[in-house]
Amino acid sequence: MEPHAPPSNGRGLFYVKELVTLDTERQMTRQMTGAKMVVQALKDQGVDTVFGYPGGAVLPIYDEIFQQNDIRHILVRHEQGAVHAAEGYARSTGKVGVALVTSGPGATNAVTGLTDALLDSIPILVITGQVPTFMIGSDAFQEADTVGITRPCTKHNWLAKDTATLAETLHQAFHVASSGRPGPVLVDIPKDVQFASAGYTPPEKTNNTNYQPQMSGDIESINELVEALESAERPVFYTGGGVINSGPKASKLLRELVEATGIPITSTLMGLGAYPASGKHWLGMLGMHGLYEANMAMHDCDLMINIGARFDDRITGLIDAFSPGSKKAHIDIDPSSINKVIKTDIPIVGDVASVLDDILKVWKARGRNINREAIANWTGQINEWRKVDCLKFTQQGKTIKPQYALKRLEELTKSHDRYITTEVGQHQMWAAQYLNFEDPNRWMTSGGLGTMGYGFPASIGVQMAHPESLVINVAGEASWLMNMQEMGTAVQFRLPVKQFILNNERLGMVRQWQELLHGERYSHSWSEALPDFVKLAEAFGAKGILCSDPADLDDAIMEMINHDGPVIFDCLVEKHENCFPMIPSGKPHNEMLLGEASTQGAIEAGGAVLV
Amino acid sequence: MAALKIKKGSTKHSAYNLRPNFSDVQESHTLAVVVDNEPGVLARVIGLFSGRGYNIESLTVAEIDHTGHHSRITVVTKGTPQVIEQIKAQLGRIVPVHEVHDLTVEGAAVERELALLKVAGAGDKRVEALRLADIFRANVVDSTLESFVFEITGTSEKIDAFADLMRPLGLVEVARTGVAALSRGSE
Repeated sequence: MEPHAPPSNGRGLFYVKELVTLDTERQMTRQMTGAKMVVQALKDQGVDTVFGYPGGAVLPIYDEIFQQNDIRHILVRHEQGAVHAAEGYARSTGKVGVALVTSGPGATNAVTGLTDALLDSIPILVITGQVPTFMIGSDAFQEADTVGITRPCTKHNWLAKDTATLAETLHQAFHVASSGRPGPVLVDIPKDVQFASAGYTPPEKTNNTNYQPQMSGDIESINELVEALESAERPVFYTGGGVINSGPKASKLLRELVEATGIPITSTLMGLGAYPASGKHWLGMLGMHGLYEANMAMHDCDLMINIGARFDDRITGLIDAFSPGSKKAHIDIDPSSINKVIKTDIPIVGDVASVLDDILKVWKARGRNINREAIANWTGQINEWRKVDCLKFTQQGKTIKPQYALKRLEELTKSHDRYITTEVGQHQMWAAQYLNFEDPNRWMTSGGLGTMGYGFPASIGVQMAHPESLVINVAGEASWLMNMQEMGTAVQFRLPVKQFILNNERLGMVRQWQELLHGERYSHSWSEALPDFVKLAEAFGAKGILCSDPADLDDAIMEMINHDGPVIFDCLVEKHENCFPMIPSGKPHNEMLLGEASTQGAIEAGGAVLV
Repeated sequence: MAALKIKKGSTKHSAYNLRPNFSDVQESHTLAVVVDNEPGVLARVIGLFSGRGYNIESLTVAEIDHTGHHSRITVVTKGTPQVIEQIKAQLGRIVPVHEVHDLTVEGAAVERELALLKVAGAGDKRVEALRLADIFRANVVDSTLESFVFEITGTSEKIDAFADLMRPLGLVEVARTGVAALSRGSE
């Protein structure tokens, strides 16, 4: 009998309803192989793109991918690239990014990306193949203890030993990755589990009660914070990636709160874009290479409101001298972030959007009070600090300053629908300083782990999610080479990612530290035997642009933007430029180095042991 | 110091109570952690302690609810109040962890440990060992003409004291279970 043929039981009108019920039940217990379940679960979770690399232990899943058209698979050239691409996809969309890799080396190559996503709280799911269950523990070909290896670098992971529970596990994995403080999850699926058949559990039948993080903040603490806000004389908002992870609503509420109160706002590297760089109250990024006015405001404030940031050591500098006179409020969805590094006076555990909503409601209900006079004085003081103009530089001669290159890039691309990724090092800090971000999810960078090689694959993930947008990876030549194999991916899938390489033939940040604290002994911090990047691009079938003269820069950047396809832009820049401002290790916020003249003996022995 | 009692999904007991004094005094705390009894859960807990540099003084684990597949891990750990609070918060982050109780600060608790001690000897020493075992209410669970195996339960301190007394009397081997603990009272 046809599955949808009406039953001939003569029960008249009722049969329609019965048919629907039967059909739903059939759906719920639909029998399928584990491999098909993977594809079905991804579809049911709204996944449209998977980044991956096939191998023996995931062949059944690849066979299912071959036989459908709903999910697009992007073949990367190295598993690390797959995970970073999934991260870029996740960061630019707010959705869970998915990577699919094989057992053994496939899984171990994914470890860096997982750790990167863990430190930056990025929701990704990595599906790994595993040797069949009956061979686990026998040192089989391409066997690795994947759940053991990835236990400390995932938010949670699972070894799916039974096809009957595989679908539920996958749905739970999506739930865990995306709720609470987001993070990477991994599901390891042995090959026999992929081949075996069982009933499919749909998302709505999945039990997620075990993991339900607290979303709304305690109202008493919120009242306490609003009271502190009303009387504060020198308040500052210190925001982080948590605002972006909370979703667009959090950024919207943050903007509303800042505009309504007139309180100045700074952000960590991870939080750029939550408040627009063009905003009146924007101080710029804070931290080790943050702006002078931002760090001074943090040091001298009397009320610090941390929203979704975690007092990272790049932010605090010397902890004992960190913002000594301030009352500190901390809004974070993860209770373990509170009091981990800095003692908090007003802790609020909850989702940023929910807490900000409550803060605004309470503040409005209490009469929108704010100490306007004191804040006007405070703003005056901040404007004095702004006059230091800590990002100033002089472009002269025939060599391009990296700052100048980014300033021109900003000028020529700011009107575009633009996404920026970066690698790690000096160029990353300059990009954070000189590029302006008006919206969340537009800035993808490896903050916590500092993964060189992150930016290029991430740009591929971003471009997949936003095919019509301008996606630029601001890179250093050394970082970029770490995952340059992904040129093959970019060309194969016609992803017009722009690789804007600030080429100083140095590991610039390493060189800077060696200059400042290792007696200018530049141990292994230069790039020799670099490829000809133009020829390299051409060898992959892409476009290469070389620019070394400041006079040609604008035209070259325009050529890059206008080319419909991947571009490697080799921008030869000043080789010995240092990144300022800089808070040296072991120093407080108000002892920044602002330029070359201030670097002599700046880092003492105590600071030299810090990273 | 207020205790951090983390129960997943609960809004009543949370980090709002978390106002540790940042003192440098090392405190020993007994934590009871209720977890899903799934493969690798113990590794997650132990990995947390080793990965973040916390101490484990004693650890016991067994399934306590066979139908719900829940296990109870009792950990005795040492650290400053800030570190203890951080350990509890970090334990609470582990997905299969349901509850974290700090029995040291959540009111009175009973703590017990079981130990088996093999004591070999003859003559007066053998008699003395048996007499001391009687004082400590230790049971003889195995005996030969040259040895006893004693079973003793009590606090860790009591077992330490008993082991110290047995050492000059021919203590050969000790096996201890680690601490199991429950809060006193009806809840």
